[in-house]
Amino acid sequence: MKIEKAEAAQLLSLNKFIVDEEEPHIVIDKKICRECSDKPCLYVCPAVLYKLDKNGDISFDYAGCLECGTCRVMCQKKGIIKWEYPRGTFGISLRHG
Amino acid sequence: MSEEEKFDAIVIGAGPAGAACAYTLAREGKEVLVIERGDTPGSKNVTGGRLYTYALEMLGEGLFEEAALERKVTHEQIMMLGGERGITIDYHDPSFNRDGAPPMSYTVLRGPFDEWLAGKAEEMGAMVACGIRVDELIEKDGRIVGVIAGEDEMYADVVVAADGVNSLMAQKAGLIRDIDFHTVGVGVKEVIELPAKTIEERFNLLNPEEGAARMILGCTEGIHGGGFLYTNKESISLGCVFMPGEAAQHKKSIHEIFQDLKMHPAIYPLIAGGETVEYSGHLVGEAGFRGLPPKLYREGFLMVGDAAGFVINTGYSIRGIDLAILSGIAAARAVINAANPAETGPLYMKELEVIKLLPTMKAVDGYFDVLSTGWLYDKMPALANAVFGDLFTVDGKTPQKIAKGIIGQMKSHGISVWDLIKLGFKGVRL
Repeated sequence: MKIEKAEAAQLLSLNKFIVDEEEPHIVIDKKICRECSDKPCLYVCPAVLYKLDKNGDISFDYAGCLECGTCRVMCQKKGIIKWEYPRGTFGISLRHG
Repeated sequence: MSEEEKFDAIVIGAGPAGAACAYTLAREGKEVLVIERGDTPGSKNVTGGRLYTYALEMLGEGLFEEAALERKVTHEQIMMLGGERGITIDYHDPSFNRDGAPPMSYTVLRGPFDEWLAGKAEEMGAMVACGIRVDELIEKDGRIVGVIAGEDEMYADVVVAADGVNSLMAQKAGLIRDIDFHTVGVGVKEVIELPAKTIEERFNLLNPEEGAARMILGCTEGIHGGGFLYTNKESISLGCVFMPGEAAQHKKSIHEIFQDLKMHPAIYPLIAGGETVEYSGHLVGEAGFRGLPPKLYREGFLMVGDAAGFVINTGYSIRGIDLAILSGIAAARAVINAANPAETGPLYMKELEVIKLLPTMKAVDGYFDVLSTGWLYDKMPALANAVFGDLFTVDGKTPQKIAKGIIGQMKSHGISVWDLIKLGFKGVRL
């Protein structure tokens, strides 16, 4: 991709991911997230995978996860009810790193 | 696998800490299993970054000559951005690459490097099993005796947690709690490919062997953190680290702030015409010595590398891979020299002293106080640029006295003489 101000989704498309369709490694509970006023995940996820949907709820897609763990560290209301690394061989596969 | 046919050591994670530990153990004839969740070693790992060569030398003399490294760093640069302006200080030291001595440091990409180092451990006789995630630790009579991965149970005299900054294993062992967000930074990075020749021209590099390392201040919109740029053989690693708590308060995506850095008028010309080939994110420990867990072991279990919190950030240099390698060596030495399993942990702590890891971290602990000075990240680089702007402005008006100009600029940037004294006071205690 040429050098330009890019959306996170464009940048993620450059990476190699093997998505575990059977088992998401991160699961959120939208009801808990609704009670969270700060919603730090919206700003700190490098992949911008946490978004607000039209109802104002958090939506999250684990498919482009960079596995950094920042959301896990920043989630204060524990709306992330499961955070694991993807099962073996799944997830991001960095070639450069 | 039964408890009878156990390994001498199981290492979780094939990064530099895990691989260095396995390499050292296997060299001494120990039976070692390294378990890596990525499909190849390094495929989950990110660095800025660079590697200080002395650590590889300690692992094996001359290893660096065949290591998968990028460029020898001979240009150490500090950049301060203020608005669209920028100041770059370039310290060029050819002695960092003298004949007959290992170069001081190399830029590095973790994909190729970690794969190479894990390969060296394999050559020594370690078994490296990729694509397997360790799910649980096995505990018996108060000590860790093995690991569970999927359906499999594997046993060992010692389990070494080399599973990185977000160490779920150390948490499962009860040695650390949930990570406090004040103690880590979140880094984002693009790898941007450019022809070697272009990199050499843009960074004043004499040949394809030499490279530059650059720290960037004033690119985080006031959030505690900073940018980095490393020249690889045929790519540039450009990234930025933020304290996540402040980033959340700032209410702008760190991804977007980083994209603005990429397009900054002082950065863009360095990467123009290049091609971004990878985008990554990772946590990095920021708390240094004071952030280390109270205990780095329990019976049958040792923590190494990022899992143990072994990172040094002085603002002008960031060290992690070298400390990871040192801690891997120290853990291996402890395992080799322990007369019984109960001795391994205390011996590991001694080896961390002998190898100078803990003394080094302790010696630079004060940098944490200096770097927690809020105005270093926005007002200071903005002030520096404003002062330079005044110095280089010739417009026919009667120039101000320099001191008066600087004091005026300090006032308008909200930095008092008292702020400088306070910072100086922290500085002299380093």
